[in-house]
Amino acid sequence: MQMQTDLLREARRQAEICNACRYCEGYCSVFPSLHRERAFADGDLTHLANLCHNCRGCYYACQYTAPHEFDHNLPRALAEVRQDSWKAHAWPRPFAELFDRAGVAMAVLLTLSFATLFALAQMMRPESGEGFYAYMSHSLMVAIFAPAFLLPLAALAVSLRGYWKTTGATRLRPRDLWAALRSAGRMRNLEGGHGDGCNFEEEDRFSHARRIAHQAVLYGFLLCFAATSSGTILHYVFDMPAPYSLFSLPKLFGIPGGILLALGCAALAWLKTQADPELGAAHVWGGEMAFILLLEGTGLSGLALYAAAGTSAVGALLALHLGLVLTFFLLTPFSKMAHGFYRMAALTIEAAKADRRIV
Amino acid sequence: MTDPDIVIIGGGNAALCAAITAAEAGARVLILEAAPKPYRGGNSRHTRNFRCMHHGPLGPLVESYTEEEYFADLMKVTGGKTDEYLARLAIRTSEECLPWMEEHGVRFQPSLSGTLSLARTNAFFLGGGKGLVNAYYRTAEALGVVAKYDAPVTHLELEDDRIAFLDYTCEGETRRVAPKSVIVASGGFQADTDWLARAWGPAAKNFLIRGTPYNRGVVLADLLDQGVEQVGDPTQCHAVAIDGRAPKFDGGIVTRLDCVPFSIVVNKEAERFYDEGEDVWPKRYAIWGRLVAAQPDQVGYVIIDAKSLELFMPSLFPPIKADTIENLAVQMDLPPDKLARTVAEFNAACGDTSGFHPTELDGVATTGITPPKTNWARPITEPPFYGYSLRTGVTFTYLGLKVDERAQCSVGNRPVSNLWAAGETMAGSILGQGYLAGFGMTIGTVFGRIAGKEAASHANAN
Repeated sequence: MQMQTDLLREARRQAEICNACRYCEGYCSVFPSLHRERAFADGDLTHLANLCHNCRGCYYACQYTAPHEFDHNLPRALAEVRQDSWKAHAWPRPFAELFDRAGVAMAVLLTLSFATLFALAQMMRPESGEGFYAYMSHSLMVAIFAPAFLLPLAALAVSLRGYWKTTGATRLRPRDLWAALRSAGRMRNLEGGHGDGCNFEEEDRFSHARRIAHQAVLYGFLLCFAATSSGTILHYVFDMPAPYSLFSLPKLFGIPGGILLALGCAALAWLKTQADPELGAAHVWGGEMAFILLLEGTGLSGLALYAAAGTSAVGALLALHLGLVLTFFLLTPFSKMAHGFYRMAALTIEAAKADRRIV
Repeated sequence: MTDPDIVIIGGGNAALCAAITAAEAGARVLILEAAPKPYRGGNSRHTRNFRCMHHGPLGPLVESYTEEEYFADLMKVTGGKTDEYLARLAIRTSEECLPWMEEHGVRFQPSLSGTLSLARTNAFFLGGGKGLVNAYYRTAEALGVVAKYDAPVTHLELEDDRIAFLDYTCEGETRRVAPKSVIVASGGFQADTDWLARAWGPAAKNFLIRGTPYNRGVVLADLLDQGVEQVGDPTQCHAVAIDGRAPKFDGGIVTRLDCVPFSIVVNKEAERFYDEGEDVWPKRYAIWGRLVAAQPDQVGYVIIDAKSLELFMPSLFPPIKADTIENLAVQMDLPPDKLARTVAEFNAACGDTSGFHPTELDGVATTGITPPKTNWARPITEPPFYGYSLRTGVTFTYLGLKVDERAQCSVGNRPVSNLWAAGETMAGSILGQGYLAGFGMTIGTVFGRIAGKEAASHANAN
């Protein structure tokens, strides 16, 4: 788990400038954390990098950005370390390289998944079954998606354990996790400290656009996840297999969830085209965009599938939607999706560190 | 665009406060900023707070800070060299400025870690001065103010008692504009080191300039040459002792060193020259620039030991480190025997250090040496030893345009009917010597707003 020393060295140089300045203390969680240290170990920098939400407030307020000779750009330095830290902690190791080729990986995997699922739906079409199950049996879906969901989560757990160790964090306390959940729940770190939001789509103008779009994606995703979970429970516990009516839990969660997810992703993608790529890890811009579009596709195809119920389009749409979901699941530990898990870890660790400071 | 009603020369805090105030009064305003856009804002880019009178908690400020206390603080640093009327005007008006600043986009934050002593007196800008400047440009542009960057003014033509026109360069050509009113807010002349050298002698070539390289006093010199009334002594400036390794220009806040109270400071002959523990650092940092300027080669050397290393804010550049005083001297190019003797004499003069308290005047003093160290005097005995070099860092010069309470300039005994000045370029009207942290932004905000209001009413009436 070797991180790149040149990236760490640059982040350290920048953190030392910040620590002698401190003007940005009020923007987000990164600065109070940074100002607690006098020297920055690799683990400290990795922690700061994953705590940074790339709100860019500090960049546009900085008196030392280029053309100044200090060439300060903390959002980029931390984005580079952050990206590298995900690679360094990725498990199984050989898949770490996917982080650098996320767009290609998604395209290839999506094509394969779609083709396979479409072929399976054609070849192994059940004798009977309602709704989706008319195209693919429930047991086949479970056989594919249960491992595709659980194995990546297991891989992420291994990665996060390594990350926890790298940052020198101590034991996990429920109250720190709660603090992290509250912070992420309203994206406090994109509020800018003053509540005016962050800088993203129009240089130094503060706005809540990115925060709102991100939360639409986050809550949309969680609603979709709740839809699937409630369906699973209805199926196994209450023996109520799909299809479900409009006023059932899976639909009540899934439809608003899909709409939020699709709208949020569209907004995030647009905002990303407006923002300066040089304030992030520019070499993964394409992969990040591909990830947003993958989520967008997942949401839209899910909604389309619902709208197409009973028509001949269901077969192809089902394969497409399931292909997108499968791609998303399988790449979760090796794509931008990993950021959510690392961010939660960083917020939890920071809650503990801040607490220790006060005591 | 046809000739604007008002041209504002400069693009920092005072200029922007003037521009916003004038635009809100209905005037068409053009800002001519000499710097390119990334460096816009002059020295305001490097500032961090605003010293503000207040009765009861106000914004980020705690408790109260009365006019009398504020004025007394100012008198202490200026040694009485201040225009009381203008100083009190700035102090009294500061209280209404803070909400005005918030209304116009400035955001404050609690006192920064390491600066708790200022929580009652100084309101810190979230993101520092560049954040403030960005917010003001957005507000000004929304009001229709036009800002041109890379547009230095080369000449103002004074005809009788008014400015007839002014020339500036922009996009490679010289342009002439004849506004109804002109506001000068283009700072001091400190970035013109030749001018500094004329006032200070060749020593000035060793000074570092903490802020913008664009404040070269071109407009100031042009107006003084035409007889516009001047104020201030050309050798007076806001100057602090900063890390000797700082860049020549624009090093800003990160080059400061807060370790002097816990150190001994020697010159290149390894001799002490001033009481390092005279007062807490925020009240003394602004005199050390002149103290260092008076030493040979305009350089000082701070020596501390291991027990003091973490008592002050981290420095941008790491200190020089050695296991013995002699080795430290070699690395810092000081005479080793002499430094060892100076440290030994100092150590012998230290007494009971049990009352040592790093953030309060603790009275832990030396006895029997000159100069004494009257607080925080602990012997320098615990290796490793650390050293920093100190140089004079000039923030801004005080020689400037004399203004009245309406921020108006004059020629002879008459006002120049359409010329006002605000910010560092007229701060010498209030600061005869010395400096009080955060007062530059107070002067800029108060007089920027006054100048904007006066210039707009002149423009609206003509």
